[in-house]
Amino acid sequence: MKFYRIYALFLRHFYLIKGSFPRLLDLIYWPTIQIILWGFISKFFTMHSDFYNHTAGIILSAAILYDFLFRSSISFNMLFLEEIWSRNFTNLFIAPLKVSEIITALTLTALIRTLIGIVPAILLASPFFGVSLLNLGPSLILLLLSLYIFGMTLGLFVVSGLLRYGPAFENVAWSSLFLLAPLGCIYYPLSILPDWLQIVAKCLPLVYIFEEVRSILVNNVVNYSNIMSALTLNLVYFLLSVFVFYSAFNEARNKGTLINVGE
Amino acid sequence: MNEITININNLNKKYKNILAVKNLNFKISKGQTIGLLGPNGCGKSTTIGMLLGLIKPTTGNVIINGQNMESNRTNLLQKMNFISPYIELPKKLTIEENLKVYGRMYGVKNLENKVIELMKMLNLVEFKKKKTGELSSGQKNRVSLAKALINDPDILLLDEPTASLDPDVSDYVRGIIENFASKKNKTILIASHNMNEVERLCDEVMMMKKGEIIDQGKSMDLISKHGRKNLEDFFLKIVREK
Repeated sequence: MKFYRIYALFLRHFYLIKGSFPRLLDLIYWPTIQIILWGFISKFFTMHSDFYNHTAGIILSAAILYDFLFRSSISFNMLFLEEIWSRNFTNLFIAPLKVSEIITALTLTALIRTLIGIVPAILLASPFFGVSLLNLGPSLILLLLSLYIFGMTLGLFVVSGLLRYGPAFENVAWSSLFLLAPLGCIYYPLSILPDWLQIVAKCLPLVYIFEEVRSILVNNVVNYSNIMSALTLNLVYFLLSVFVFYSAFNEARNKGTLINVGE
Repeated sequence: MNEITININNLNKKYKNILAVKNLNFKISKGQTIGLLGPNGCGKSTTIGMLLGLIKPTTGNVIINGQNMESNRTNLLQKMNFISPYIELPKKLTIEENLKVYGRMYGVKNLENKVIELMKMLNLVEFKKKKTGELSSGQKNRVSLAKALINDPDILLLDEPTASLDPDVSDYVRGIIENFASKKNKTILIASHNMNEVERLCDEVMMMKKGEIIDQGKSMDLISKHGRKNLEDFFLKIVREK
């Protein structure tokens, strides 16, 4: 892998955001609205719910973390969609870029896009709602890492679909995370789900991440087995998504779709 | 004997039941400019796609500078480039930004100077801060050409390089290509429907029909061999022949 090629792909998206105020605003606007909305919902539950009354901001913390995951994944998809929309796709694939460099560049650029959006929202949560993610302690780093890897994994699956099926796959790009949200147990404990659905949900790293968030904030207990389960599952899914991406790239070369992907 | 830059061996490409390219064999020597002619759907784009490693051949090999494209794709693309009216550069980036992005992608040394040199050569300096999407089609074409020349490619593939351009801009672009071709060891393959362009720029032409090369040689030789008035007449004869 060559750093200058990864940097070039990053630069392409940096210029895009830098030169477009609406794009920059869009990055910040939605996370901020989410945090404000969930901030008030969280405040209401804190005052009127037995489960939450000792722990201010558990819902808001979950909402912030879920938004971090959502932004990571959507950012990854957006970077790829931008190439399709601008009909620049073929130019990238005739450049001497390796697939691994494309994945690395998208992963790093998506992180920066995500942070641009989520950091102002996180900073708002503290003065407005008295909630800070730092209450999660050092585990926060591992939880964020886990969410980020899962976001990239979903992004890679979606982008593989775009490579394989073309722009028609775009709708899946937008809906992929909504599909998993009910099973992720973001705002409620795993025990709420029917037994058979709990088995399915346990295959997702999200369950362990958000169970851990509740464990820390409600019971003040750090359960490292949850964190390890999440990281292990993430590793498996991430490797699988990389394999699927390579396969989709090869399939696109077989079908000849790399030469004319566009709107 | 001239060194072979592009060596195509028994190349076939099948999409489901359609054989888009049939048993293609040709060699292009270093420094040659070759025209690839043929009606729409004859397999020109598929051939170019395989030369660029964008399309995987069903069977056969694309050998560039002695290396197989399938196993050395990244290395070979470092010294190749391509323009086509069907692909564009990011519209929201300025000309200067686009050239800098692609310059970095190809690892161009002294990039600032190279970008200025290309913008001067293609009369783009006054638009350098303008977004690519806001340019006229002639200006966009020149930016695409600048991008294609950013890595000073040894092999340049051009798909309809002057399509949809007015005669003045077309002539200007052909002049740039001619100038590039005159440099030492630059190999160019041009797919075009403009026969004047092909006659002006190409040392030899290859005529494709239904996925096969059915004739090749110098324009004048092909015209006289088939008893036609000019290259366009030759093209029409071949295309309309049963």
